[in-house]
Order: sequence, then structure tokens, then C-alpha cells
Amino acid sequence: MSAKTLFEKVWDAHVVVAETAATPAILYVDLHLVHEVTSPQAFSELRERGLSLRRPDRMLATLDHSTPTLPTNADGSRPYANAEAQAQVGQLETNCREFGVELHGWDSADRGIVHVIGPELGATQPGMTIVCGDSHTSTHGAFGALAFGIGTTEVGHVMATQCLLQCKPKTMAIHVDGQLPAGVGAKDLILHIIGTIGVDGGTGYVLEYRGAAIEALSMDERMTVCNMSIEAGARAGLIAPDDTTFAWLKGRPRVPQGAAWDAAVTSWRALRSDDDATYDHEVRIDATAVKPTVTYGTHPGMAIAMDAPVPAATNAQERRALEYMKSQAGKPMQGTPVDVVFVGSCTNSRLSDLREAARVLHGRRIASGVRMLVVPGSEAVRRDAEREGLHHVFTTAGAEWRVPGCSMCIAMNGDLAQPGQLVVSTSNRNFEGRQGKGARTVLASPATAAASAIAGRIADAREYLTTPDHSREQAA
Amino acid sequence: MKPITRLHSRTAVLADENIDTDRIIPARFLTTTTREGLGKLCFHDWRYQADGSDNPAFPLNRPEARGCSILVAGRNFGCGSSREHAPWALLDYGIRAVLCSEIADIFRGNALKNGLLAIAIEELEHRWLLRHPGIELAIDVREQFIALPDGGRIPFRLEPFARHCLLNGVDQLGYLLQHTDQIDAFVRERESQEAAIHGRTLQQNRLRSNGVSA
Repeated sequence: MSAKTLFEKVWDAHVVVAETAATPAILYVDLHLVHEVTSPQAFSELRERGLSLRRPDRMLATLDHSTPTLPTNADGSRPYANAEAQAQVGQLETNCREFGVELHGWDSADRGIVHVIGPELGATQPGMTIVCGDSHTSTHGAFGALAFGIGTTEVGHVMATQCLLQCKPKTMAIHVDGQLPAGVGAKDLILHIIGTIGVDGGTGYVLEYRGAAIEALSMDERMTVCNMSIEAGARAGLIAPDDTTFAWLKGRPRVPQGAAWDAAVTSWRALRSDDDATYDHEVRIDATAVKPTVTYGTHPGMAIAMDAPVPAATNAQERRALEYMKSQAGKPMQGTPVDVVFVGSCTNSRLSDLREAARVLHGRRIASGVRMLVVPGSEAVRRDAEREGLHHVFTTAGAEWRVPGCSMCIAMNGDLAQPGQLVVSTSNRNFEGRQGKGARTVLASPATAAASAIAGRIADAREYLTTPDHSREQAA
Repeated sequence: MKPITRLHSRTAVLADENIDTDRIIPARFLTTTTREGLGKLCFHDWRYQADGSDNPAFPLNRPEARGCSILVAGRNFGCGSSREHAPWALLDYGIRAVLCSEIADIFRGNALKNGLLAIAIEELEHRWLLRHPGIELAIDVREQFIALPDGGRIPFRLEPFARHCLLNGVDQLGYLLQHTDQIDAFVRERESQEAAIHGRTLQQNRLRSNGVSA
């Protein structure tokens, strides 16, 4: 048998009907994640056709996008942004009840951002195929799963058949050699990678992140990296599962237990690219050269070290981006005045992200005039953070501590920035208007976000950190 | 989906590269629970001024762009989210085809499933079309070329299945459902393998922990 990449192993194990010259493969889906925004039309389609769900037991639904992150009102009602948002949430509740889908709704102790709770519950496992009507489904690739976003029509396909029609994508290896310097994290790395290969550099490919720097990452950090694969145009990004993965998953509610766990780990250890496997394209990244990295334009590929000069525009598109952002060619982003800081999103809302921000903020206050939101990724993250007292660090510093949700990453729940405001954000997209009409987004790590909140300007967190960073050991 | 064999229209041009799905339809409008009526929200924050009037700087607001159903867009159109609201909004707005040297993956798949011709063409021809807004084109889906007014032809290639579905109005869910026997066989085989490895199937694990009935 010929050598295979990790992706090919997972793909091949899920092919129901092989791809031909005339037809795509029929690919089986192990786990279908659902949220309120991209599912209502698919449920409606099922109803119209008189179809039922093929595998409701392989579905997991949550409320995250349209949900308020403020606590309930005095009368017990939820402060929805508008009636449509409330109706959309209500529709998912109704759909899940009628179709028998497990929903982590308002009363669940496990509710949270879909890409945070899947792994937390152990529903995400190595070797699975995982889909969701959400492009950041790539997050789950951190576990060696083939995970990608789909449209609502495809959501309906999976609901009715547990399968998708897919043409096999090409493979790209991203080798990250060496080790990241102290004070430089996974978010800096992935922004650096996207800045290197470009916002469309991964289009048509599934990425595999590998190399010494990737192996050294905690699971939270690996999720941050895989999460942003789509920002380079790649639908999926994978990392081979290893002892870090297994240690993180062990004992979680949905993973096998006891002897079955040992058997599962044995089978998962085969999920790595064979030594002589070949990729359609390979890229090498030097981890030692990565610095605290931020974006300066209006897509995630416009990313540079915060102390590097903003490149001059070479075309009309880049000119428009610099104008929109008010970024100045030749000047670094470091030092740019900040209005709003957002720590959260499926990219950076896990416990280690909050610890990273808290380590910088501890004993300090955010600059006057700066608004800072900290939004945990799930109820579990919220509980853990509060147990550690992180919420006190945030509120003492002058930040708002919210309940879990996508919040200001997609800004459809009322959490948004005003026109012209500059937001240092740990989220994944800096598109025009993404965080509110006219809002200007600078993507950054939780440490950079926290340092920038204190300084009132884009700042290097290393200037605020005097204690050594043990987060990687803790997280692992 | 209705069969589509040919599309004839003048072109409108949005030359910007990387027009993302948030620009096609801002996220705050995604609270809808239907597919209909999104055309008025298409390109919302680009198309309208603060007072709700048309923004004269938005190229599709120009009189000569009105009624054009073929959009020539800058490279990497549709990047960003998986929201199918993007092709729904474009179709409702009146766009029937997007021509581009490279189109974002998820958007392209979503578009073709809705009968929006998301067609990748060579860079040279793409650049030429970007420079010539308002030109009359005829897209021939069956023969996979775009006819220019002077008789010239721009070839393109769709995946055979996508083309077949467009030409015949194939319902892809119906196609999948025709393979139910094969899916059943695959699931039986896979779950017996899983049971052999894990001692019990993931399904049983899930059922036990949640009490959800299948």
C-alpha cells in the first residue's frame, strides 16, 4: 500500500462511494455540529421534504452566535440584540426538540461556542470527520480530525444522509521548524503563517501543520492554529494526534473509558503521515523568527510583526485597506491608539487564553477611555476561570467579564464597536465592518490584546511580563 | 434548482480583491431563518450611505450596472465564512454568475448548489474582463465557454458533476438519497469496526450519556 498523509488516512476511512471522473466522493460524517445561524433553513428543508434526521445521535447543537453575553435581566429575560436574534435562538430550540437533537441551550452547564464545546466534551476525537455550518470548524483539526465548514444546503445533506458530496482536496504541509521564542504564541504563529502564504494561499488544499514547533504546542494552542486555516483559504487544517492530544482528551465525557480508551489510543497512534508520504505542496516556516504579530489591513493575510513597518500599498485594494484602517505605510502598528479590546472567539477564548491575558493584566488597570470585553468560550471555561479568580483580575483591571458566546468576533449579538473605533481583537477576521460598521480590527494574541488595553496603544506584552510563562506546561 | 444551460448579460465589475462574505452580506443580517429577501441587504455597507440612500461610489449603483446579472469580481471573491446567505443574497439581488480568476472554496460550492454560476477563469482573461465593464457575455454551461461580442471565447472548466447538476437541475440531496443502501452498508461496516476497537460504538456511548433516542 502506498504511503499516505494524515489527511488521506482520515479521508479514505470515510469514503462511502469513491470519487470518479464524473462524480464526487460520498463522504461519511462522524460528527455534525449545529448552531442557530446556519441551520434553520436546513431544518425547514427537511420538513418540506418530509425527511427525518439520519443520525441525530451524531449531532450536537449549541447557542452561540446570536446569543447575548450579558447576564439575564432582572425579570429573567435575556437581553437579545433584537427580536430576530431571539426568534432564531427559539427556532433552534424548537428544531432540536422536534427532531431529537441534543442541544446545549441556556440551561446547559456545557453551553458555549461550538468549536470550544465539541473538544471539551470529547465529542471531537482523532480520525473523525466533523462538519458544521461554520467555517471555523477547521479548529477540530487540532485533534487529527478532518473538520471543515459547510453551507446550509450541505447541512441539510448531512442531516438527511450523514454524508456529503466532496471532491478530494490537495494537500499542503506546513513545516514549522525550531521553537517559538518566549512571549510569542500560537496566535502570533498562525498570523505569521497566513501572512506568509497569503489569504488565498491555502485555497483548494487541506493543510497539515507539523514540525518541532507544532509538536511543542498545547491543545489549546493547536486549536488556535487550526482554527485560522480557513483564513488562508484552506477548508481544513490538521495536526497529527500525539501524547499531548491523548492526555488532553482522556477522561472527557464522550471519549471511550477504561480498556476501550487504551484501544482507541492505540488506533489513533496510526493517524500520522507516513514518513515517505508526499504532499502536493510544502511550506517551511522558521518558528524562531516569529515575533508578536498583528494585522494592519482588512484581511488576515495582511499580518506583520507589530514592530515592523506597514508595507506600502501595491494596488488599489491595498490602498483601500490601509485607508480604511488608517494604517500608515512605513510605520509599525505598535503604538497605534486603541479604543476597544476584545478577548474571546473560537480562536482565543479557552482557559489558557484567559490566563495569558490575565497574566499581563494582573495588578494593572486598562487605560482610561479603552473598553475591554473578555468573553469566555464556554460555561466550562467560565467556571474554571472564576475558580482561578481570573474574572477578578479582569474586572479589577476595568474590563467587562461576560457570559460565553461568539460576541464581538462576528458582532451579531449587539456586542460591537462603533464606526472608526480601533479594536485589538483575539478573533479571526479583520474584514471591513466585521466587528461593527466602520470598525477597524487588528487581530492579535490574548497577551498583545491585554498589553494594548493597559497601554491604550498596540503594545508588546513582553514589556509587562516579569514572571516566567508556565502556561504551556500547565496546559499540557 | 432549475436547469441552467446559458446565461446572457452585460457585465458589472467589482475589481476589489478578496471581497469577503461579510462585505457580501454583513453578519448582523444573519439572524434571518429563511433564504428569501436577502437581495436588499446584499453589499449593504458598501452599497448604501449612512442615510440609507444609494452610495454613488459603489460600482453596482451606477446606471450602466443596473440589470447586469454577470459579476466580474477581483481575485478570491467570497473568502471568509461559510454563510450560504452570501449566494442567496447575490441571487436575490439579481446576480446569476460570478467570474473570477480564483473563487473561495466554500463560497463556490454554496453558489453552484444554488444555481449561481461561480466560474474561475484564467488570469489573463480575468484581467481583461475587469478592464471592460458592461461588455455583453454569453456563458455556455454545456460547452464551458464564455462568448465575447467579437466572437472570441473564454474557456472555463466546472467539475463534471457540478456542471451536470446545473444543466439538468439535479437535486443533490436526491442524488445522495439514492445511495442510501451504500450508506447503510458503510455504516454497518464502520460501526462493527468501531465496536471491535472501542468495545462499544460511539453511538452507544452517546446514547448512554444523554438519553437521546435515535
